[in-house]
Amino acid sequence: MDALSDAEVKQFEKKANEVRQTIIEMLVAAGSGHTAGPLGMADIFTALYFRVLRHDAKNPEWPERDRLILSNGHIAPVLYAVMAHAGYFPVEECLTLRKFGSRLQGHPERERLSGLETTSGPLGSGLSQAAGMAYASRVNGDKNRIYCAMSDGEHDCGNLWEAAMFAGANRLSNLTGIVDRNNIQIDGYTESIMPLEPFREKYESFGWHVLEVDGHNIPQFIQACGEAAAIYEKPTVIIAHTIPGKGIREIERDYRWHGKPPHQDEAKRFLAELRTLQGKIVSEHE
Amino acid sequence: MPNTDQYLKADIFDSPDQAATREGFGKGLVEAADADERIVALCADLTESTRMEAFAKKYPQRYIEVGVAEQNLAALASGFAAYGKIPFITSYATFSPGRNNEQIRTTISLNNVPVKIVGSHAGVSVGPDGATHQALEDIALMRVQPNMTVVSPCDAEEARKATLAAAKWNGPVYIRLAREKTPIMTTAETPFEIGKANLVWQGKTLPQTVIFATGPLVHNALLAAQALEKEGLAVNVVNVHTIKPLDKETIVREARAAGAVVTVEEHQIAGGLGSAIAELLAQECPVPQEFVGVRDLFGQSGTPKELIEHYGLGVSHIVDAVKKVLQRKTS
Repeated sequence: MDALSDAEVKQFEKKANEVRQTIIEMLVAAGSGHTAGPLGMADIFTALYFRVLRHDAKNPEWPERDRLILSNGHIAPVLYAVMAHAGYFPVEECLTLRKFGSRLQGHPERERLSGLETTSGPLGSGLSQAAGMAYASRVNGDKNRIYCAMSDGEHDCGNLWEAAMFAGANRLSNLTGIVDRNNIQIDGYTESIMPLEPFREKYESFGWHVLEVDGHNIPQFIQACGEAAAIYEKPTVIIAHTIPGKGIREIERDYRWHGKPPHQDEAKRFLAELRTLQGKIVSEHE
Repeated sequence: MPNTDQYLKADIFDSPDQAATREGFGKGLVEAADADERIVALCADLTESTRMEAFAKKYPQRYIEVGVAEQNLAALASGFAAYGKIPFITSYATFSPGRNNEQIRTTISLNNVPVKIVGSHAGVSVGPDGATHQALEDIALMRVQPNMTVVSPCDAEEARKATLAAAKWNGPVYIRLAREKTPIMTTAETPFEIGKANLVWQGKTLPQTVIFATGPLVHNALLAAQALEKEGLAVNVVNVHTIKPLDKETIVREARAAGAVVTVEEHQIAGGLGSAIAELLAQECPVPQEFVGVRDLFGQSGTPKELIEHYGLGVSHIVDAVKKVLQRKTS
């Protein structure tokens, strides 16, 4: 993947900021849902849908498309927001999140929304599905890539390591795992609940190529995806170090924001913070 | 007498040929794969035991060894299916759909992708391995999941046909198999259609009871029908190979005609075939019903014959159940 120009980087950052605003708006409207994870993955999902993935919003069933499996389905707001901004459905529909009759279920359901690759929420099973797709793609001789976005907390699940072992053993080099290493889970910090470190070494010992990036550095993440595509011997996992709640100071790094939405008054503050780029510019929306 | 429309084997009452339903699955899988290149097979370290070795030998590129990892087995298959393949996954039923039940629920049933789950070693007739390996709750686990179809073949030939039918069925399917060799009752000509129960025995006169049986115990139901006929009691026997979707038309018609029902299965009474039929008949045609099945107990080690008798699944138990339900009907 070609390196980004400074102007392009600015474009991506602007888009990610719009995605964050949509996330806050949809969570307020929903009145429930997860805040920290979606905000923390906004940069990566923006990079995926606007640069990395080969996909076509107008033809979601395109057989040659890359597949993105969202394993930790609870960060669905970031997926929905990015998909809407990428043209899969109107951005206004994001406000139906978690409402009766909505295509945007609390956790993603493939059969309800075209463009979703799977149904997810229960943790630890996404990498298995992605590995199945990667294997099937290889059997077919297809040239696409399979991506699997995971949380760090879901690495507590045995199923995930079964999949990691399988992908390593079968050298599924068309598979890229992306781990949101934000260090929080529902009950607290990952290293106090069930330590994952040494995390890199765990994946390496399972036969994976491991890259670590700053999950808010869009050019660095895109470059890592390019490197993953160039590794022919192994699957690659990109451990993306992220700040949960990134973009809103009150939420950043606070695990209590894992599973709750902002109230109306909080949202007003948060949106102002996003729209002014943390006070750097005068908002047009005040 | 055997229903001639069913083309059953002539020797079903005197030392018929025996084969395990898992054998029929193994044959059916190769036939299905010959006809459809989308079929792949995944196994969790039980290739020989679940009779996948012929497939693995013929189609090594389409055979995937997963190791002892049933949760991965199910979710991997979901990925294969979402990518356009038709995966068959095999293990023992206690592990799949036992251990991996949530993965099946979320990534296969709710996701609604055409994974075919094959659970072998169902029932107490697994024998010496004991309770840990004798699945008695798998029908219950599978039939409560929306989108899932549940098939429990009565013999190896029907298992072969069920495998072929499952390959063509547009959705997830669970096929329940047994370890032990059991009598072959059906022939290549015997009709098989998912969701269509087979009337295999007709009483010489108006039936007083109808026996609904599933799996290899259909043979015990036939032996019971023959014994009852000698005592002058007419019954019908229906092979309910598909537990979901239930053949409502046939079951209600037979229950209405007989006015009394006995259900027979090598499974917990709770949640199995008998429960499914009771749920239906309570609404459509309430009649007295007796349940031949496992009464809220785990299995144990023993020979298959010992265990079938111990858990009350033998021919005499079916005969007794018929007499009991007849008493309830007339009292």
